[in-house]
Amino acid sequence: MVDFDVRLGLSPADLALRNIAIKRPEDWLDLSPEDDPEIRLVQENFASELIRSRRFRDEKTIWVRPAKIVVILTLLRDHPDTEFSFLSDLTCVDLLKVNEDETEPRFQITYNLYSMATYKRLRVNALVEIGQQIETVEGVWPAANWLEREVYDLFGIVFAGHSDLRRIQMPDDWIGHPLRKDEPLGGEEVEFSFNVRGR
Amino acid sequence: MPRGVYIEPYEENTDLMVVNMGPQHPSTHGVLRLVVELDGETIVNATPHIGYLHTGIEKTMENLNYYKALVCTDREDYLSNLINNTAYSMAVEKLMDVDVPARAQRLRVILNELERIASHLIWLGTHALDIGAMTLFFYTWRERDQILDLKEMMSGVRMMTSWICPGGLRGDVPAGWVEKASMFVEHFPVKIDEYDKLLTKNPIWIERLTGVGIISAQDAVAYGMSGPSLRGSGVAWDLRKANPYCGYEQFEFEIPVGTKGDVYDRYLIRMEEMRQSVRILKQALKDIPDGLVRTSDRKIAPPPRAELDTSMESLIHHFKLYTEGYHPPVGEVYAACESGRGEKGYYIYSDGGNMPYRVKINGPSLKNLQALPKLARGRMIADVVAIIGSIDIVLGDIDR
Repeated sequence: MVDFDVRLGLSPADLALRNIAIKRPEDWLDLSPEDDPEIRLVQENFASELIRSRRFRDEKTIWVRPAKIVVILTLLRDHPDTEFSFLSDLTCVDLLKVNEDETEPRFQITYNLYSMATYKRLRVNALVEIGQQIETVEGVWPAANWLEREVYDLFGIVFAGHSDLRRIQMPDDWIGHPLRKDEPLGGEEVEFSFNVRGR
Repeated sequence: MPRGVYIEPYEENTDLMVVNMGPQHPSTHGVLRLVVELDGETIVNATPHIGYLHTGIEKTMENLNYYKALVCTDREDYLSNLINNTAYSMAVEKLMDVDVPARAQRLRVILNELERIASHLIWLGTHALDIGAMTLFFYTWRERDQILDLKEMMSGVRMMTSWICPGGLRGDVPAGWVEKASMFVEHFPVKIDEYDKLLTKNPIWIERLTGVGIISAQDAVAYGMSGPSLRGSGVAWDLRKANPYCGYEQFEFEIPVGTKGDVYDRYLIRMEEMRQSVRILKQALKDIPDGLVRTSDRKIAPPPRAELDTSMESLIHHFKLYTEGYHPPVGEVYAACESGRGEKGYYIYSDGGNMPYRVKINGPSLKNLQALPKLARGRMIADVVAIIGSIDIVLGDIDR
């Protein structure tokens, strides 16, 4: 399919201008230790693992390295200031098309946490290289069992220590990891009269 | 055989019998495969196998712009379409920082509650059918058809309306809709009483449902369960009260919470939830605020067609929105709604393009189903049918 920009007649200079306008993120707001107990806990105990933090649209996000993820999440679950007892979601984002070069980690494992005590949310992102394993958080929340299986199935990230890491959505003999950005969307071409198959 | 001779028993056969409740089964509520290992008649392990309905909705949404991806959202939890739309629209509105007008918020509440009643009616009909009380199936479908008629009157489509979109609603409700909805709300409580009379004190129903599928509150929270499956165990968590959205804080309603955590408690909770939905609807249908049903922010909502004749800016906005779509800023958001089954959420990662870079659909049924082996251990196969009915799964939500 022909690219939008070619059809609209945009020159590379126009594109560059537009990319600056739309891809410039909002002013990046960091989390502050005075207001946000989550970032304070991570900074006090795991300062070497913290990469960055952001407050965007009233949501808090923390990026960490994956080495000590289980200890960090256990602390966030058990500490009385935060008490994130509920794992709302565990997913992955393939940053292949967002990264500027190949030295940056390719996958971002996202843990969307929720506190039943304070009704607050937090997002913890762990940046994982391709081929790198990350420890399973099954021991922290049993809910992570199937969610990690799904991430393994669709992205190919191996969770070290998982009790039952096998495919969950795709058939058992499927080759490949469909939700990666370098895998095709798939599907059949719509058959019209001019491209009838077999004629 | 002379009396008094004691015969040694054979060594106990410790093989387990493996029974496959295949993907095609009338009681598994969709294409769910259960591999049940039995020791005699008691279940030792019941492993769900999913993925038979996996259509790659998340990857499809990565290739459609934000407005077109809305139609994919109807099709996940296909029994409460408007609630999926609401959750997705809330996520996109948060990302684009757009306000929804008051009339649209109120109509969203009305449509969500109607959808919740419709979803619980299907649950009741199919659950009763699985247990053996077959008459209810027809009654609940009759009531649900009235709700589908309301949706058809509003949008022309009975199920996959995609009517709640980022910015508000796709169009206003026609004249007479509010009256028809009020009439439904007036006549419906009588029907809930009818279902109550048939089931709640029925000795066979009580015996089949009490004590089955018990899960403790701590386990339920650890397994990530939500909705009536969690509230049955005593955890009073409902997103409409905990993190109110769409103006739910204006309405008075209660959240039924169970005590024992068994299938009967979850049944009672859902029956009461239908009554509470009627209560919310009665309040919401009164004095709906006037105004727009879609935001007038032209960066996200196309202008009315009459404006296209006279205004150049409207024409350009119309063209850009319908060809390319809008570009949200770079960032991640998560927005969640309370559906009939639990917390329905959308996690959207935006890279600044006109298509969502990654959409993760956080469906409640996946985590609720994960607890099935724990709920079913030690019970019999007939109880498994009751348990699956009580956690109210929709395979579209699990497999996507």
